Amino acid sequence: MPTILKDIAAIAKGMSITFMEMFQPTVVENYPDGPGPLRGAKFQERYRGVHVLQRDENGLEKCVACFLCAAACPSNCIYIEAAENTEENRVSGAERYAKVYNIDYNRCIFCGYCVEACPTDAITHGHGFELATFNASSLVYRKEQMLAPIPAHIGANAVFNQAEVLGGAPAQVAPGE
Amino acid sequence: MTSPYPFAAIFGILIVALTIASGLIWIERRLLALWQDRYGPNRVGPFGLLQVLADTIKLLAKEDWIPPFADKPVFIIAPAIIMITVLMSFAVIPIAPGIIISDLNIALLFFLAMSSLGVYSIVLAGWSSDNKYSLLGGVRAAAQMLSYEVFMGLSLMGVVLLSGSFDLVDIVHAQRKIWFIIPQFLGFVLFLIAGLAETRRLPFDLPEAESELVAGFHSEYSGMKFGMFFVGEYLGVTLISAMITILFFGGWMGPVLPPIVWFLLKMFFFIGVFILMRASLPRPRFDQLMAWAWKLMLPLALANLLVTGAVVLAFFH
Repeated sequence: MPTILKDIAAIAKGMSITFMEMFQPTVVENYPDGPGPLRGAKFQERYRGVHVLQRDENGLEKCVACFLCAAACPSNCIYIEAAENTEENRVSGAERYAKVYNIDYNRCIFCGYCVEACPTDAITHGHGFELATFNASSLVYRKEQMLAPIPAHIGANAVFNQAEVLGGAPAQVAPGE
Repeated sequence: MTSPYPFAAIFGILIVALTIASGLIWIERRLLALWQDRYGPNRVGPFGLLQVLADTIKLLAKEDWIPPFADKPVFIIAPAIIMITVLMSFAVIPIAPGIIISDLNIALLFFLAMSSLGVYSIVLAGWSSDNKYSLLGGVRAAAQMLSYEVFMGLSLMGVVLLSGSFDLVDIVHAQRKIWFIIPQFLGFVLFLIAGLAETRRLPFDLPEAESELVAGFHSEYSGMKFGMFFVGEYLGVTLISAMITILFFGGWMGPVLPPIVWFLLKMFFFIGVFILMRASLPRPRFDQLMAWAWKLMLPLALANLLVTGAVVLAFFH
C-alpha cells in the first residue's frame, strides 16, 4: 500500500511540475511575429547562414578571385569569374576581383569550408536564413545579393582612400561631409 | 424530462459536441505548448483558432486512399463505428435540465454498451489494414479496452447504488446534497483511469504508440478516414469528461451561474486534466498496463462496490 501512495504522490508531483510550467516564460522565439528586423529570430554568433562577401576598410571588396573557396567547396556550388582591376574600375584591393560570384543555395550545405579556405577573409557566413522559394533558379545568389554594404563610417572618405590606393592625388573632400 | 424540441436538441447537441471535439484539437495543442514553454499553433486566424478548419480542408482535400492489401469494406466501416458509437452516447448525456436528447432509464448501461462497441472500431481498423503494426495496435486495443471496461462498469456501480438509478438525470438529482466525488472518491479515480484507457489517451495510448507502432491501428488511414479517428478520440475525451461531471461532480448543479455554464465549466476542467496527463505522464509497458488493470484496479473496484453496498444496506435501508 505505501508504494501505491508513493506512486500516486510521484504522479501528482510530475503533473504539478508540468502545470507550473504554465507560469514560466516561453522559451521558443516568436519568430515571424517578434520585434526587431529579424522578427524575433535569434542567432548564435557562429551560426552559418547565407554568405556575406566582406569589404575592406576602404570599402573595396576583399575577394581577389583566387578560387580557393570554389576548390574547397564539397558540393561544388561556388561559381566565380575573375577579372582584372583597372585604374578606372577598381573593385578589390589586389590585382583581380570576382566579376561574377555565384553561390548555388540549391547545393550549398553550409559547411563553412569556403570561409576557412578564404585567404583574405572575404567570404563569411552571415545570419541570413530566409532562403525558401518557389523557384529553384532564384536560389542561385549573385555577388550583389551577398556583398556587404559599404560601411557608413567610410562615407565620403572612401573616395579619398580609394584615390590613395590608386596612388593618385587625394580627392578634395568638401568640409562638413 | 426529454427535451420538448427533440430535433432542436439532436442538432444542437450534435453540432456542439462536434465543435467542442474539433476545437479540442486546437485547445490541446495550445495547452501542451503552454506546458512545454512553446507557442503552439498561432498562424491561422486569431490565436491559430482556424487551424482546425485548415486541417479539415487539408484532410478533405487529401486522396482517400485505401491500401490494395486492405480488407476494403471493413477498412471503410471501421472509422465510422467510432464516430457513431461516441455520438450515440451523447444522446443520453443530460447537459442541463431539458437539454437532453433521450432521457433513458438505463442511460448508464447504454453509455457502457456504446463504449464497448467502440472497441470494434479500433480492432477492425487494425485487422483490416493488414499491416503488422496496425494489427498489433488493434490487438492491444482489444485487450486494453476490454480489461478496462470491466472495472469501468464496476467503478460506476457505487454511484448507481447511492443514487438507486441507472438514469443519468436521476443520478444528477441524487447529488443535490453532496457530490458523489466525496462518498465515491475511489470510484472516481477508477473511472478516471478507465476513461483514459477507453479513450486511448496518453498515458494509455498503447494501441497508437507512435514510437513503437508508427500510428498503431490507424497507420494505414489517411484523409478524412483518419480525421474520423482523430475527431472520434476527442469526442471520446469530451464524452468521458461529461460523464465524470455527471456521475461525480453534480452535473449541471452549481450556484449563481446557469446550469449549462456549470456543466461546461466542469467538463472543460476535466478535459484540461486529460491534457495535463498527456503532457506529463509517460506510457507504461503493455504488461504493466494489463497487470494494473487486473491485479490492482479490478480488486479495488470490487472492494469499492462491496463497501458501498454494505454502507447503503446498513444506513439507508
